[in-house]
Amino acid sequence: MAPIDLAALAAGALLALGPLAIMAGRRAASGVYIASGLICAAVAGIGLFALLTGGVSTTVLPIGLPWLGAHLRLDALSAFFATVLGIGGAAVSLYAVGYARHDDDPMRVIPFYPGFLGAMLAVLLADDAFSFLMSWEVMSLLSWALVLAHHHDPEARRAGFVYLVMAAIGTMALLLAFGLMAGPDGGYAFDTIRATTRTPLVAAIILGLMLLGAGSKAGLAPFHAWLPLAHPAAPSHVSALMSGVMTKVALYGFIRVVFDLMGPQAWWASPAVILMGAGTAVLGIILAMMEGDLKRALAYSTIENIGVIFTALGLAMAFRANGMEAAAALAFSAALFHIFNHMAFKSLLFMGAGATLTATGTRSLDRMGGLIHQMPVTAALMLVAVLAISALPPLNGFASEWLIFQSILLSPGLPEPSLQMLAPAAGGLLALAAALAAAAFVRIYGVGFLGRPRSDAARDAVEADRASLAAMGLLAALCVFAGLFPGLILDALAPVASQLTGAHVPAQAGQPWLTLTPVAATRSTYNGLLVAVFIALSGWLAAALVHRLASRDVRRGPAWDCGFPNIDPITQYGAGSFAQPIRRTLGTVLLRARESVDMPEPGDLRPARHEVSYEDPAWLTLYAPVARMVDAAATYVNRFQFLTIRRYLSLVFASLILLLTGLTLWH
Amino acid sequence: MALVIALAPVLTGVVRKMKARLMRRRGASILQPWRDILRLMRKEVVLADNASWLFRVAPYVIFAATWVAAALVPTFATGLQFSWTADLIAIVALLGSARFFLALAGMDVGTAFGGIGSSREMMIATLAEPAMLLITFSLALIAGSTQLSTIAEVMASPAVGLRVSLGMALVAMVMVALAENARIPVDNPATHLELTMVHEAMVLEYSGRHLAMIELAAALKLLLYISLIACVFAPWGIAAPGAAPVTYLTATLAYLAKLTLGGAALAAFETSIAKMRVFRVPDFLGAALMLGLLGTLLLFVSRGL
Repeated sequence: MAPIDLAALAAGALLALGPLAIMAGRRAASGVYIASGLICAAVAGIGLFALLTGGVSTTVLPIGLPWLGAHLRLDALSAFFATVLGIGGAAVSLYAVGYARHDDDPMRVIPFYPGFLGAMLAVLLADDAFSFLMSWEVMSLLSWALVLAHHHDPEARRAGFVYLVMAAIGTMALLLAFGLMAGPDGGYAFDTIRATTRTPLVAAIILGLMLLGAGSKAGLAPFHAWLPLAHPAAPSHVSALMSGVMTKVALYGFIRVVFDLMGPQAWWASPAVILMGAGTAVLGIILAMMEGDLKRALAYSTIENIGVIFTALGLAMAFRANGMEAAAALAFSAALFHIFNHMAFKSLLFMGAGATLTATGTRSLDRMGGLIHQMPVTAALMLVAVLAISALPPLNGFASEWLIFQSILLSPGLPEPSLQMLAPAAGGLLALAAALAAAAFVRIYGVGFLGRPRSDAARDAVEADRASLAAMGLLAALCVFAGLFPGLILDALAPVASQLTGAHVPAQAGQPWLTLTPVAATRSTYNGLLVAVFIALSGWLAAALVHRLASRDVRRGPAWDCGFPNIDPITQYGAGSFAQPIRRTLGTVLLRARESVDMPEPGDLRPARHEVSYEDPAWLTLYAPVARMVDAAATYVNRFQFLTIRRYLSLVFASLILLLTGLTLWH
Repeated sequence: MALVIALAPVLTGVVRKMKARLMRRRGASILQPWRDILRLMRKEVVLADNASWLFRVAPYVIFAATWVAAALVPTFATGLQFSWTADLIAIVALLGSARFFLALAGMDVGTAFGGIGSSREMMIATLAEPAMLLITFSLALIAGSTQLSTIAEVMASPAVGLRVSLGMALVAMVMVALAENARIPVDNPATHLELTMVHEAMVLEYSGRHLAMIELAAALKLLLYISLIACVFAPWGIAAPGAAPVTYLTATLAYLAKLTLGGAALAAFETSIAKMRVFRVPDFLGAALMLGLLGTLLLFVSRGL
């Protein structure tokens, strides 16, 4: 059996598991999660095997459109994404086994959960426009059903509505894009699309539609506003899947079309992608910095990472359009590496958020605090995740961001002055986003896990269950591994880069000490393993020497706090106060952040109020006006619902005449 | 590696001594920081009741990360063993790791002072780090590398000459260095019990050997930035790999002279300027960011600048 048959079988099994779960009922929840986890682990194995051995396998199933069938294909690109999906899905399913024990309404989740995984896998395997769009739509709908799992919550219902609208708009953009690519003859198979040549204008329109269709699903600004509503509204393990894996499937759609199906493009297509990516990165992380809801802050941080990935993809497009294959391969591999890393640490972060949500019953950072004492293992694993996502060495987030910076440094070779200017500016924005990410995650970790408990629930929190901890430990180990041995990951990505950019980053496995050397040894090198070893050694040495030669006594006492410690936990820095310096410096301009103080007169017994508000610019400038326009148009069209039969008949007649006239004039 | 750690507190001592002399005080011996550190190390640690393991581990992590970063900057010779472990971007990021742990430690006990220090430190870092990266970009564009050894070699060669963008990078790097090391006008290293303090507020709960490690790390960071500026903008006298022992000796003397000069300049600057309000700091660092970006863009516009 070829890898593709096995992968198709896995997708089919996952899709079939949902109906089975309905029949089995609520007691089977753990079983469904275990089965999904095992199938996902198998998918990861198949993907990794196909990626490392190379080779393309295809198959045609007799379903779908009668004259087309369902073309399926597993090449290096889909194998890589299948690996990402498999690892993420397996870890999340393992986490969900623990989650299922205290889920009071599992029938809202388990019928859709395996199907969601299966549909995502089907998107990766699809080799014709019809099966691609079909799987995409199934993926959207099932995830929508999962977002509505807590349907009693009005906020979740609103999130579900916004998500459904955005998914519909996105799919429509994709539909148009594939329609344009297939051409008037309806060549829907990807092979036919690949062989067609298009004018640069059509290619640019397709790119724009893909940015809207796949970009909105991934969370690209300014289409991102649904994401921080929908991702946190779902149960935590589904949030982990949506942020960690589904955004990657959306990126796969973008890469598949733009790098593979569309063929060569003009260079002027890339600045838009770079600019949108860098802007998304900064906007997303500033919003994450302001947000007081833990899961929503994580969703905003997903937007930031998507921006980083899009920036790298835009650079790869720019390099490829100018024939700089090695540079394009570097930027592209960096993007893929970051995709892998983001899957690992964002799933881990959402799992940790789920564990704290279960333990404290709240998503608000200001009601957590001190969880490092009650949930030591979760806190330690979350520490790995926040270090990784803040792009700090020696973990994996830094390795991929470092590669992106290295590819930006190759931009002087580009012939177009505008791109030459844009690349360092984008680099500056990415650096700003990385520094802000560190601030945002110090805030999340410092307020949520450190300090003193801010509520009774946080004080009485208990550690998460073993299955959840095992799943989180698995992903944390993956973060550390990818940080210490980035060269191995880069080597595994070489076939994907060669497939789509025509070159790959030089083999890293033969480098001394497994040093990461993307271009040349005199140009730039980084060795995560040695950095980690050096830090561990010197830290251990310092601690050992100090403890042996100087002092090892410890006395416990009350906190010093300049002599006036206040025992009320509200005197600690909270989520809002930690964000205040950045809100004042960056937020006032970008997010219209405002602070209003209502101070009662002396003698007045009202409480004083201090309120902070900020707005997402995308919501103000894009979503709200469009929603108003749709509303106005609907009110206008509403009149047509209450006409007499004679008026309807005359309307039908008039439109028929109009259409026929138009058709005659056209010919 | 041992050299930087021996020199770092002495450099801090030199800066303090010179500041004292400029204020017409006699000042403590330049070895006083070393004495303070050794004294602190021998004292017992007083931990807050609710301090977690992170609070106890953080000083060693901060020290180790700063030490590794400082050891990777060429001091008196280029092409040292393992200098290829990390380039300039990674060195900056290593300092970022140290800062991350310091900010977390500031939040751990749950006091208002720790929080104020952490949040302001991260605000300063969000502007200082991109500025530093843009400076790295301009240096990398001139030298064709982000490896510090290669940059130093290129800068030492006569081919570089005077460039406007290098001047901008120098000014920006000095500004970043002032901010990163919590010096006046961004922060005051001598202040205590003041709402304006940043770095000192974060370490307020530390005592004994933990405080000693953090002080040592702070001294190392100051040495790192002065060495960095010296090796990039004044690479004269740095020994190439495989040079004669005499060259190494003169290179070491040149390095010590550079450190003293850098310390003297810092002391003179600090005595002549007042500390700025916290919310003026973003303007100050924004200027550094713009200078870094302008320097990089100038390199694209004209190869000669």
